Amino acid sequence: MYFLPRATVEFVRGAWMKAMLAVIMILPLAIGFSLLYKSSPLLDSNVFFNVLFSSEWVPMQGKFGLWPFIWSSVIISLLGLVLMIPLCLASAIFITQFSPPWISRALRTVIDILAGIPSVIFGLWGIITIIPFVSDWAKAAGAENTSGYSILAAGLVVSVSVMPFVLNMLIELFESVSHELKEAALSLGASQWQTIKDVVLKKVRPGITAAFTLGVSKAFGETIAVLMVAGNVVQVPRGLFDAGYPLPALLANNYGEMMSIPAYESALMFSAFILLLIVIIFNYLAHRVIRYYQDKA
Amino acid sequence: MKSKKHTEEKIMKAVLGFLTLVIVIILFSIIGGIFINGLPALNWEILTQVPKGGYYFGKEGGILNAIVGSAYLAMGASLIAVLISIPTALFIHTYLFSHPGWQKQIRLCLDVLWGVPPIVYGAFGFNLMLLMGWPTSLLAAMITVALLISPVMIRSMDESLQHVSSGLYESALSLGFFKGEIGYRFLFKQILPGVATAFLLALGKGIGDTASVLFTAGYTDYIPESLTEPAATLPLAVFFQLSSPIPEVKARAFAAAVVLTTIVLIISIAARVISNRLSKNRIL
Repeated sequence: MYFLPRATVEFVRGAWMKAMLAVIMILPLAIGFSLLYKSSPLLDSNVFFNVLFSSEWVPMQGKFGLWPFIWSSVIISLLGLVLMIPLCLASAIFITQFSPPWISRALRTVIDILAGIPSVIFGLWGIITIIPFVSDWAKAAGAENTSGYSILAAGLVVSVSVMPFVLNMLIELFESVSHELKEAALSLGASQWQTIKDVVLKKVRPGITAAFTLGVSKAFGETIAVLMVAGNVVQVPRGLFDAGYPLPALLANNYGEMMSIPAYESALMFSAFILLLIVIIFNYLAHRVIRYYQDKA
Repeated sequence: MKSKKHTEEKIMKAVLGFLTLVIVIILFSIIGGIFINGLPALNWEILTQVPKGGYYFGKEGGILNAIVGSAYLAMGASLIAVLISIPTALFIHTYLFSHPGWQKQIRLCLDVLWGVPPIVYGAFGFNLMLLMGWPTSLLAAMITVALLISPVMIRSMDESLQHVSSGLYESALSLGFFKGEIGYRFLFKQILPGVATAFLLALGKGIGDTASVLFTAGYTDYIPESLTEPAATLPLAVFFQLSSPIPEVKARAFAAAVVLTTIVLIISIAARVISNRLSKNRIL
């Protein structure tokens, strides 16, 4: 069957496997170092914390304060989280505990389809559906910015675009609770809702926290959908109806101009590095929590 | 006391059901909204022509360049990702079979990579491209997207491999097979449905991703003829045309969105059907 000795073939196969594994394992380090290397000119001439916490963004004068962008991203992700929590928890509980099998199957299909929808489509949906709503609210609330392109719209869109990702994790989590545990509670006279509230939810609480942590970090990195509805004005947003300018949008909007001003490129690469750092920390913590409880279970 | 318990149950059930319904409504409003706005602008000309002179001022032409560019990009990226993913996933389950500690570390690394935002991959791809001295090109974009989708692909193959009984590996090993042989000749066959699903999901992700190729793919009105030429992609076509002030061009952004949504829907439904159909016959 083989023209070469088996051991030789095996050696090549093993080497290829190891090489590919090495590519994947080195990738996070490679991303981190390349971004840090590119941003080093900026960090040489500026103090690290000045770049992070200054709100002066005037590339022409070499002022690169990332604070408005970081703050916008934080607010948008947190808003997304707040909007996402009730919907995700409710439907994960409904799908795994209450609904009859055929409804549950149909709902899973819905979630899978939502999970596959590209970011740009969520953004487009935001423009045609969410923006008019938000604009009306802003008018009713007497806000300065009534265009609808705002932090609130971005939070709404990001909560929808991250939802399927979190929901899938939550559903898996709720399904991992053993039937014996639920049956024991039910046989003691607890109603189904009491069982869920006092037994199931308590059992999976750390997992829920981890799932939402991952959701927030995903929301933090969401680019195109947020960029399309956030308004993109460089300012520290003061209210929900103010326009914001999240970190990923900064990168996506300015990649074309960044070659013209030398320090500009390193500022953008630095913002990518910050993004990477935040997301990796969030992910690492969340996965540690998940692992810990998986090992215990 | 008893009645209170039951009222609470009924109320909660209604509330949870209602909130779940909201998600279904959101899905329909997304798909409905895209199709209602896009279908009127969609016609044969848009699907089969590249942009002509004055296209961006509302004159003739179509988005064939973006459709073909996206197809090339997604196919190429998925193939590169397969070359990375299959060996890695099999390695975890053969050579590292008796090293659970290593397996755990690798999985943690993959999960963290999965969470890295596409735009960061885009910036990295851009740096890589400059380092190699490439122009903005199809190849640079393919490599960027391949790196983006590999962790997802490896993890989903890894999940299917975890369901294969360890007895298969152990008995093949005791019969004198090499570890790599066991991987490619036995384990791989067992997870074939999983591989097909992972490939399709990665393909969908590759077609839909905008942020990672923003830096590397460039944009062109022509269909790329080689790997070193820039390429247009569908999400970028939606994104760029939407920012135009001319209504005809804006309408075409929605038409492009309809094409994109349809492709992605077909892929994700196909992935589901394949995984349901093939996993029925699995023994182990």
